[in-house]
Amino acid sequence: MQGLADRLLTTGFLQGMPTELGYVLIVAFFAFVLLNFIMLVAGVTSWLERRVWGRIQSRIGPNRVGPQGTIQWLADGLKNIMKEDIIPEAADAPLFRAAPYLAMMGFFATFAIIPFGDGLVVADLNVGLLYITAVTALVVVGVLMAGWASNNKWALLGGIRSAAQIISYEIPAGLAVITVVLFSGSLSMQTIIRAQGWEPWNWFLFDNPFLFSGFFIFFVSALAEGNRTPFDLPEAESELVAGAFTEYSGLRNLLFFLVEWGNLYVIGALCTTMFLGGWKIPPITDNPVLVGLLQFATFFLKSYFIVFVAMWIRGTLPRVRVDQLMTLCWKYLTPIAFVNLLGAMIWFALFPQGLLAMRVLMVLLGAGIAVYFLSRVAFHLRRAKPELHVSPLA
Amino acid sequence: MSTTSVEIGLERETPAGLETEEMTLNMGPQHPSTHGVLRFVVKADGEIMRRAIPDIGYLHRSIEKISEKVGYHGFMPYTDRVDYVSAMQCNQGWAMACEALAEIEVPRRGEYCRVIACEFGRIASHLISVGATGMDIGAFTPFTHALREREKINDILEELCGARLTFNYMRIGGCAWDIPPGFIRRATAFLDKFEPLIDEYNELISFNKIYTERMGNVAPVSPEMAIAYNLVGPNLRGSGVKYDVRTDEPYSVYPEFDFEVPIGEGKMGALGDCWDRYMVRMDEMKESCKILRQALGGLPEGPVVAKVGRTFKPPAGEAYVRVEGSRGDMGWFVVSDGTAFPVRTHIRTGSYSAMAIVEELSQGLMIADLIAVIASLDIVAPEVDR
Repeated sequence: MQGLADRLLTTGFLQGMPTELGYVLIVAFFAFVLLNFIMLVAGVTSWLERRVWGRIQSRIGPNRVGPQGTIQWLADGLKNIMKEDIIPEAADAPLFRAAPYLAMMGFFATFAIIPFGDGLVVADLNVGLLYITAVTALVVVGVLMAGWASNNKWALLGGIRSAAQIISYEIPAGLAVITVVLFSGSLSMQTIIRAQGWEPWNWFLFDNPFLFSGFFIFFVSALAEGNRTPFDLPEAESELVAGAFTEYSGLRNLLFFLVEWGNLYVIGALCTTMFLGGWKIPPITDNPVLVGLLQFATFFLKSYFIVFVAMWIRGTLPRVRVDQLMTLCWKYLTPIAFVNLLGAMIWFALFPQGLLAMRVLMVLLGAGIAVYFLSRVAFHLRRAKPELHVSPLA
Repeated sequence: MSTTSVEIGLERETPAGLETEEMTLNMGPQHPSTHGVLRFVVKADGEIMRRAIPDIGYLHRSIEKISEKVGYHGFMPYTDRVDYVSAMQCNQGWAMACEALAEIEVPRRGEYCRVIACEFGRIASHLISVGATGMDIGAFTPFTHALREREKINDILEELCGARLTFNYMRIGGCAWDIPPGFIRRATAFLDKFEPLIDEYNELISFNKIYTERMGNVAPVSPEMAIAYNLVGPNLRGSGVKYDVRTDEPYSVYPEFDFEVPIGEGKMGALGDCWDRYMVRMDEMKESCKILRQALGGLPEGPVVAKVGRTFKPPAGEAYVRVEGSRGDMGWFVVSDGTAFPVRTHIRTGSYSAMAIVEELSQGLMIADLIAVIASLDIVAPEVDR
């Protein structure tokens, strides 16, 4: 973006404008575009989640507003915006008001460095992954603040749970990220993607066993950080009413949900960037517009696949208990992540260029898992057929 | 075995200089997982409960008192409201109490119809229970799948008596209506479909690792404790006590049917933990299917209701009958003075005693465990207060 801004300021239509003002204008413009894009992503994710969830639960899901209910999220958003914004009398009003924006900021900022294509990124920071880890922590501050400022015991419990959970799971997530950084040699998102290829055997996921297990460590930790089932304890609607968001209504409540759904996409995007080859596409065309579109579509679909898996998990698994959550993190995930990192270091020292045989082996392993999984799904689909009275597009 | 919350509760000590305060949490009467209007005053130290004190009376509707004003026949629709999740057994309890007072013989076809209705009611009630347990633990899918099947049972019962929730099906001396044409075929078709689905539920949720970790080893009730607290029904059987009114003090035509009484075995940890109580309900649904098949297959001919006058005046005296409701042994006590109105009615329900055990069970558990305990005890608020 820096290059684009400079070009616009020197030669484009912004020529002759004071440099500072020009930068502010350009940044504001990108922020506006991105904000709208995020709203779209979060909204569509909410609709998709409800549809996917509906199918899993043998019901239909929203299908009334727009074709297949595709603009249900707009109606819901509108409803929430028009609702009264209640601030409880005993609440700490300034903190209560500020909390959703803080959470929103934390997640909005991550989009600045998500690479949707070769040149399609707002800022390719050289400390990319570090930056993401830092700004997503703002979400915790928001949730904790919401829990505290609500002056409600359920909300407080939710806020504390959220803080404990996210801080704990940052560690295995960070260790898994370091494994990737070890092989890419950079924290920059674009460099990480460029270190991979478009073919699955050139993805980091199948590079060696340590990155393979690193992916799962990262995915589990990311689910926990994004407050997703089976780690959705901060809201735990059956235990804590609505957790940290109990007292929120209207737009502020909506913002928290936006953060949740948006974060889901961020998880997908991070997994795609670090393990699934990002926007890399096979060299089939030279048309720059087409290439850009294809890259964007590739990245988007890969991320949405991860999002879909997270939804699937949400539709299947129950919720863990607080002590089990902590046990899983500190007794299992963190030591495994450390050992994994150590293994990755040894591997990197032994084979700095990677090992083709291992890659083939890992791809075969991955394919084997996928085939086994799909056959199980097919088996259950066949068995459940008489029960599927509703078509997926009902 | 993972660390249970009980251990944590015992090991926990306040570090010197750090004063912590006990937090009083008010769970209910409006709380997503108290299933109606239950209230618990939870004394908690962070996430760990010191104790949870049940507070009842939010759904008291003076049902027992009403019986003294509406008479024997008129009270039948009110019995539906005693436990609206499985109203059929309440119907039967009242009908049997009145029949015991007046010594009325129910025709065999009437008894069979009652058994069919009650066992369908039991499956429907247990479906709600196991589904809601899954939902309380955080998995929403089992709930919708369970309710999907319950809808079909509601359809079947609607054919039988025209109502889906408060049936008002039974009468003193038998049942209000005979089974409709084609009923046996449709009911059998449902059973054929439903029986394999129980295994599917088990695959989906019962043996899920997270689920067994959440339910297993949580709040175990020893057989002695269960008897001391007067637990009944699936809660008692979950603790390994093989007691079922249908087999131990047989009533109606239950002795003619061949079925097992499933009990908890402590497969997922301690005997009588939440998982055992949950699993007993799963197994009981299978047994109910067995009873239903036998009852539907061997339905005798004849009338469904005995001749009972419009003004029902039983001789003076008292009667106490017991039926095995979905939430266990339901006792119906009625005193007559020879007029058309009972002098006193008392209903003894399973949820009431289950509510009493919560306070002792909850000590040292986590707040999330309290939800599991309530769900596994299958407490239905209206049955507690009546």
